[in-house]
Amino acid sequence: MATHQPLPNQPAPVTQRGVIRWLRANLFSSWINGLVTLVVGYYLLTMLIPLIDWAFIGAVFTGDGVDACRPGKACWIFVEERFGFFMYGFYPEALRWRPTLAFALFALAVVPPFLPLPGRLRRSVAIFGLTGLPVGGYILIAGGVFGLESVDTSQWGGLMLTLILAYVGIIAALPIGVALALGRRSEMPVIRGICVIFIEFWRAVPLITILFMASVMLPLFLPEGVTFDKLMRALIGITLFQAAYMAEVVRGGLQAIPKGQYEAAEALGLGYWRRMRLIILPQALKIVVPGIANTVISLFKDTTLVLIIGLFDLLGAVKSTLSDPAWNNVMAEGYLFVAFCFWVFCFGMSRYSHRIEKQLDTDHRQ
Amino acid sequence: MSSDPTPLKPGNPKPWNDPRVRSVAFQLIAIAAVAWIGYSLFQNTISNMESRGIRTGFGFLNETAGFGIIMSLINYNETMTYGRTFLVGLTNTLLVSGLGILFATIVGFIVGIARLSTNWLVAKLALAYIEVFRNVPLLLQIFFWYFAVLGTLPGPRQALDVGGVAFLSNRGIIIPKPVFEAGAGWIGIALIVALIVSLVIVTWARRRQAATGQIFPAFPVASALILGLPALAYLVMGRPVGWDIPTMGGFNFSGGITAIPELGALLLALTIYTATFIAEIVRSGIVSVSSGQTEAALALGLPPRRVLRLVVIPQALRVIIPPLTSQYLNLTKNSSLAVAIGYPDLVNVFMGTSLNQTGQAVEIVAMTMAVYLAISLSISLLMNIYNRAVALKER
Repeated sequence: MATHQPLPNQPAPVTQRGVIRWLRANLFSSWINGLVTLVVGYYLLTMLIPLIDWAFIGAVFTGDGVDACRPGKACWIFVEERFGFFMYGFYPEALRWRPTLAFALFALAVVPPFLPLPGRLRRSVAIFGLTGLPVGGYILIAGGVFGLESVDTSQWGGLMLTLILAYVGIIAALPIGVALALGRRSEMPVIRGICVIFIEFWRAVPLITILFMASVMLPLFLPEGVTFDKLMRALIGITLFQAAYMAEVVRGGLQAIPKGQYEAAEALGLGYWRRMRLIILPQALKIVVPGIANTVISLFKDTTLVLIIGLFDLLGAVKSTLSDPAWNNVMAEGYLFVAFCFWVFCFGMSRYSHRIEKQLDTDHRQ
Repeated sequence: MSSDPTPLKPGNPKPWNDPRVRSVAFQLIAIAAVAWIGYSLFQNTISNMESRGIRTGFGFLNETAGFGIIMSLINYNETMTYGRTFLVGLTNTLLVSGLGILFATIVGFIVGIARLSTNWLVAKLALAYIEVFRNVPLLLQIFFWYFAVLGTLPGPRQALDVGGVAFLSNRGIIIPKPVFEAGAGWIGIALIVALIVSLVIVTWARRRQAATGQIFPAFPVASALILGLPALAYLVMGRPVGWDIPTMGGFNFSGGITAIPELGALLLALTIYTATFIAEIVRSGIVSVSSGQTEAALALGLPPRRVLRLVVIPQALRVIIPPLTSQYLNLTKNSSLAVAIGYPDLVNVFMGTSLNQTGQAVEIVAMTMAVYLAISLSISLLMNIYNRAVALKER
């Protein structure tokens, strides 16, 4: 009896596997798609190759002053020469270890979600990031106590100032925003009305008018003798502005919690604040992590506006360098450098928020 | 075996535990606090303004401004009043916002659809565009276009020539200007007539389809009318529209319409930045329509074009429109960044120069904010009406 011997499996046709299959499926699935690929690819290459040549291959990265630059190629020398200014502004050079230390602490407070740490340690790090770090960071950077030499806020600048504005803005705006969101959902008409008016007002006007108001009108509002410096005024404006946006984000989370949760909390006999603190807010804030991250990113980008009222943030520092006649032919490089810095931070923050979102996601969805 | 000698009796809670009493008390405290804050701010402001010798009131609006503005849509010169500068700023803000909204919508929809393309290269290119420009501050983009791109263009004498009719230089973009001669009004009238007739035809066609099921090609007919009728009027009236083409004379161009580089840079930045957000909104709107809807529509025998127009787009728009409006509002508010490069918008002209000259900060800031508040509130109002109209009618 002859046994049936199946033939060995044939490999898939060459057009149906590997790179060719991928190319056929994604770039040349139809003749019109193929045409689009060729045209787009051609223009992309003709633009990218000179750009890469300009920015990297032919570019000058190190050298001595503007004279080392090549015409028609990027000149990145100024980044190296003015790096300290871009990072710290006019902060005294001998004391720059202090902000550096503060930002190292900041990095320590931010990293834990990526590490497999026990929950208790992770939580205490988060609490430190929200409470101890702002106080400690302020003491380190501003000085004036514990024998640290005092540094006036007018000397703060560069990326340091950008990070301070964004961090303080967010830390201060979050609790105010939560309070406003709770107020807007309150059953007391007066409280609700006040919160609605407050939120809608700040959301309706551009940040730049608020910064103008903070720098021009705030001194008029305050009793005589009470003055804030420029940085403080900008911070007040940014915080109130951001709190209104934060309130709307948090409100979205509050609305997404099923009514049963509110009722069950009430049935347990919990008072208002415990209901919110133990049942509602933990769930609501978890839902709105992406929304909060978006607000943080937009705040980070908006901090550049402070240069209009005369503070030297990263963009302001680079812009003032570019208006220096010695460096006025590296305009494009200067702005691209700032763009790159901001892009790294914003893109990083959006990745970071994805990470946190996944970590907090305790839903049992399939 | 009776224990429990005290039966439970429902009693009134103590007043400070009664939720109603507490609620009233809290609200009274809130009113008192707001009133006190408002009063003390008012008092401080009044006394501060007195001690600094700042006038109050809106009388300054009728005084001569005495400064020039590089661009204005309405008639303006230095001898006119501060009230006029307010109007110039307002129209310039509306111009840049309107154009920005138009361009950002077009670019945003194209990129949003490209993001869903089956062509890998196109989809990734759209993604790269979105991720790059969304994560860079708008102010920085404005500076980049203004100083690093438009600022390095050649002067008027070496202007870049676009087809011999438009010129690109560091003084801006100069395009031909239409000159309307006698009889040009008829073209406008023809356009209005065509629009009205088209509207009637579309309504009639829809009604007829609902009643009889027969389809009338309303769209091609209406397009032919809207394009054809004004063209006909143009020919009949003996071509009453000419073009004033800019010519080089002396050190600058004469004739044509000049768009100043400030406007160009602001528009470019606003368009490119806002379009990234619009693209994401459009993409998520289209993705939100479940594929079951498309399949069901195809199963009903609708041709693909109608599936898109009758099933997918109406449902996607319901998701797209609300966030789209908030992007429009953002763009309008962001147009105030004009102040950084000197485009004469409301904030720059009124809150900047006029405020510096008069010193009447309270009135000027209040007026400027009122404008943005009015724009924002009226758009939100329209939005709510629209939302109610298109919301899912659940029964």
